[in-house]
Amino acid sequence: MHEYTGYTGQSLQFLKSNEVAVGNSVKIIADLTFFGIIMPRYEHSDDKHIVLKLNSGYNVGLEIEKIKQVEKLTTVEKNIEENEKVEKNPNLPKILLLSTGGTIASKVDYRTGAVTPILTADELNSSVPELAEMANIDTQVLFSEYSENIIPDHWIEISNKLVEYSNSDYAGILIAHGTDTMHYTSSFLSFALAGFPIPIALVGSQRSSDRASSDAALNLIGATKFLVECKTKGIYVVMHNDESDETIACHLGTRVRKNHTSKRSAFKTVGENPAYLIFKEKILKNTTKDFFTSKEFNPKINLDSKVALVKYYPGYDPNLLEKIIEMGYRGIIFEGTGLGHVGKTMYDTVKKAQSKGIFLGMTSQCIDGRISMTVYESGRDLLDLGIIPLENMIPEVALVKAMWALGNLKETNDIKEIMLCNIASEIS
Amino acid sequence: MSELNFEEIGLKVGLEIHQQLATNKKLFCNCKPVESDEFTNKFQRKLRAVKSELGEYDPAALFEKSKSKTIIYYSHPQSSCLVEEDEEPPHELDNDAKDLAFVISSSLKSNIFREIYPMRKTVIDGSNTTGFQRTMLISQGGFIEVDGEKIGVQSICLEEDAAKLLGDKGVIREFSLDRLGVPLVEIALEPVEGKPSKIKKIALSLGKLLRSTKKVTRGIGSIRQDVNVSIKNGGAVVEVKGVQQLDQLEKIIEFEAKRQYGLLKIANKLQDSNFEKISEKNVFVITNDWKNCKSKIIQKALKDNSVIKAIKIPNFSGMFGFSPFEGIRLGKEIAQIVKFFGIGGVFHSDELPNYGIEDDDIDIVKNLLKINENDAFLIIAAQENKIGFAINSIINRINHAVEGVPAETRLATSNGETIFLRPRPGSSRMYPETDIPPMLITNEEIELAKKNIPKPWDKSIEELKEKYNLNTQLAEQIFDSQYFEIFEEIIKKILINPIFVASILCSTITNLERNGLNSQLLSNEEITKSFKFLENGKITKESIEIIFENIMSGKSKTIEDALKDTEIEIVDEEKLEKIIENIVNENKELIQKQKERSIGPLMGIAMKKLRGKASGENINNLLLKYIKTNLEN
Repeated sequence: MHEYTGYTGQSLQFLKSNEVAVGNSVKIIADLTFFGIIMPRYEHSDDKHIVLKLNSGYNVGLEIEKIKQVEKLTTVEKNIEENEKVEKNPNLPKILLLSTGGTIASKVDYRTGAVTPILTADELNSSVPELAEMANIDTQVLFSEYSENIIPDHWIEISNKLVEYSNSDYAGILIAHGTDTMHYTSSFLSFALAGFPIPIALVGSQRSSDRASSDAALNLIGATKFLVECKTKGIYVVMHNDESDETIACHLGTRVRKNHTSKRSAFKTVGENPAYLIFKEKILKNTTKDFFTSKEFNPKINLDSKVALVKYYPGYDPNLLEKIIEMGYRGIIFEGTGLGHVGKTMYDTVKKAQSKGIFLGMTSQCIDGRISMTVYESGRDLLDLGIIPLENMIPEVALVKAMWALGNLKETNDIKEIMLCNIASEIS
Repeated sequence: MSELNFEEIGLKVGLEIHQQLATNKKLFCNCKPVESDEFTNKFQRKLRAVKSELGEYDPAALFEKSKSKTIIYYSHPQSSCLVEEDEEPPHELDNDAKDLAFVISSSLKSNIFREIYPMRKTVIDGSNTTGFQRTMLISQGGFIEVDGEKIGVQSICLEEDAAKLLGDKGVIREFSLDRLGVPLVEIALEPVEGKPSKIKKIALSLGKLLRSTKKVTRGIGSIRQDVNVSIKNGGAVVEVKGVQQLDQLEKIIEFEAKRQYGLLKIANKLQDSNFEKISEKNVFVITNDWKNCKSKIIQKALKDNSVIKAIKIPNFSGMFGFSPFEGIRLGKEIAQIVKFFGIGGVFHSDELPNYGIEDDDIDIVKNLLKINENDAFLIIAAQENKIGFAINSIINRINHAVEGVPAETRLATSNGETIFLRPRPGSSRMYPETDIPPMLITNEEIELAKKNIPKPWDKSIEELKEKYNLNTQLAEQIFDSQYFEIFEEIIKKILINPIFVASILCSTITNLERNGLNSQLLSNEEITKSFKFLENGKITKESIEIIFENIMSGKSKTIEDALKDTEIEIVDEEKLEKIIENIVNENKELIQKQKERSIGPLMGIAMKKLRGKASGENINNLLLKYIKTNLEN
């Protein structure tokens, strides 16, 4: 905590001239007399108030204009207690918990007043004592980012870190991740780390861990139970199955989507039941196939982020597509209508893209269901223009896969081939 | 001493009032605050204690966590949405509720803060799905004048009401979400010295002031009083929650004062003794040693694989049973604490042998714990996972006995006592509500609030009396009743005598309620409709009570159904005359004997037949007419 966090202009001047700072216990005389602790101020606030945490625990803003006197009180400095170290039991399996940030690791941020990812993996671990009963958990913070701030470079960073542990004695690896883009990350890991010998579970939460009703604890417990008991490989997203703190759903990392802005059960496997359901006493398996097609672990951690996801809509201006071509993009994934269509107005530009050797793939904005471009005439036209129908791949997954394919392969035909080759259950 | 001298013991009581606001909408979403008794959705949750903004755990939260309950919530889309389910962030704060809170603050001359921070007050007993109650401090300072004395206002907060407890079955607690999120204003007054009757008077005055705004919910459950009670040299302040009725308030304060004074006497006695504080070292496991104990409670515990432990308390003999006032004993205090961990109770040395525990069993404990005649001991049996928390609480409570009154939150019981609820929460239960940014309050808002300060209650009553020609009692009754709004609406819409409407709404409904009927079943819509029917001559004045009785007893839902069910229909004039004529003819002897006075008994007979089917006035006139003709013949 900075001494004057968030205070600017008049309010900063006010604190300095009264020789008090954030964290000080003070007596303030205004229209009434107040006792409390000076708290940080949020960045979007004005410079005419100071924030005081009253002894009752309430925070209030006091107008500096009305303050007659500020008196600093001597108090015993509060030592924030250390986290209790979790005792390890040598008979339990080992699990690695990597933290990347997100709501699951969030608490109040004095910059904006909203929550920010700053809890460490260690804190996370010690706040859910049930974890220590199932496994010995080592923790590591990779970075602390909300998932909307995660970029493909982060995917590479996570992948490289995971490769370091591919030969380790960990029974499984937990990745604490923000939920907004969790399925993009899980997709990239699925392709880049195909065949990874240890199961990996991405875990997030829809309610931050600083609230008593957080879903984080049960998601972590469910994911840990899964990793310890599942005896399988793959990249999974593990979250609440419904609004109850009861059943945890384990989704294939390439078949999952965030389908609700705020519910605990926001994540859904598209068109299927979740691969596993985790209950308190048992794990229910809904899948028969292996997650990875290949049994070998052969990491390919490269990508080319010059791939665009284009959602077609009535009246889409083909000039937008022109721009994408001009900008040197190497791949375009269409999120077409219905079975996989874009309007006639697009044909010329699509032809142009094709002639430049840009990879063109078709997915559907229906999200669920397979692309079928031979049913209607427009679909056949588009096939002739060289658009590849990407089966029932989820648009975001197709985007990530194309980035990965372009990063690792040069020949257009190889790229087309690998896009249609099922690597990590992305096509079902 | 049977009567306490409240001044002598230095009784201080701070009143805290929670009043629901009738803004017709919840504080942080658009749901209507309607009561549901049917639910279409149910889900379950667990709540966990989390650290405060300053990195500490709240003692009350840790206590609740230690009970580890599963919570089941029931909801209905008419009264709750994803916000109440904690499945969606709160929407914007309702402006009407904020404005009304400002008006209430202004009425009490309380200083409104210019920057307001919504906070989360940790509550993990399950009554809030989030694990916290959203609350904001609106103003501080101000006063209310009662009998010429200014009673200071400590603080006024705007907050959400909690979910309604449906049941508590050991490890499972059930709540409904219909009440969760209804706006509440919490007014905390400065503690005042004096008799409990004074507190009741203050509460009455504050209630009147709130109702003067005409925008607060009336009726049972819409206003709740908590009291913070302390006595001189007693130690901590005790918060007593859940006083539903004002009549109970005095009794509860009296009990709590007596309890605290009793605890002080116990403390004084301990201070004069050789008692030293105990620790976990004083705890012994006696599960195996008591295998042959014949007590049914112990045998049941052994069967359930419970652990039996004994706590040795040196130089404490007689202290558990020592009762400075009737019903005030340390033994009882401890029994209440362990009950909250779901443990049936404890045995202490002052009450043994008893409950099937015999001298032999006691000797075993005495030998094992090396108990001499000055020492006391306590036996507790419980499941392994519960016993640790319970024993910690017992040790703390025994050690605190020497200091006097522990800081606790207690619950008012229906028989006017208070029982242990949880430790008193501290300031570490507060956390900023990160989902809602702080609010700047403008001068315009403050000016508007001042302009909207309602007329004083007395003045409102005077106006009411004048406007509707009501007597004082009826005016006061209708103004304070939950039917006030509907009363004014009916008078505005329907041509009808206000006195009649007011007395139906106040006395008739209340009387039916006293007979055990449920006024909740009678909707405002049906009430209005019944007066409309009366205006149109479809029913008589007398029918209204019959109809309400029918609906309030659950036999019908609407006026129309009630009319059918009770077979009330207006009899036409011709038929009515026939019936009256028949009655007169059948009672000729009586008429000859009593002459005109026979109208009394005949009216009784006629009303029995015609109640609700014709107006009393009409029946009376016809009877008179026929009696006269009969006498003339």
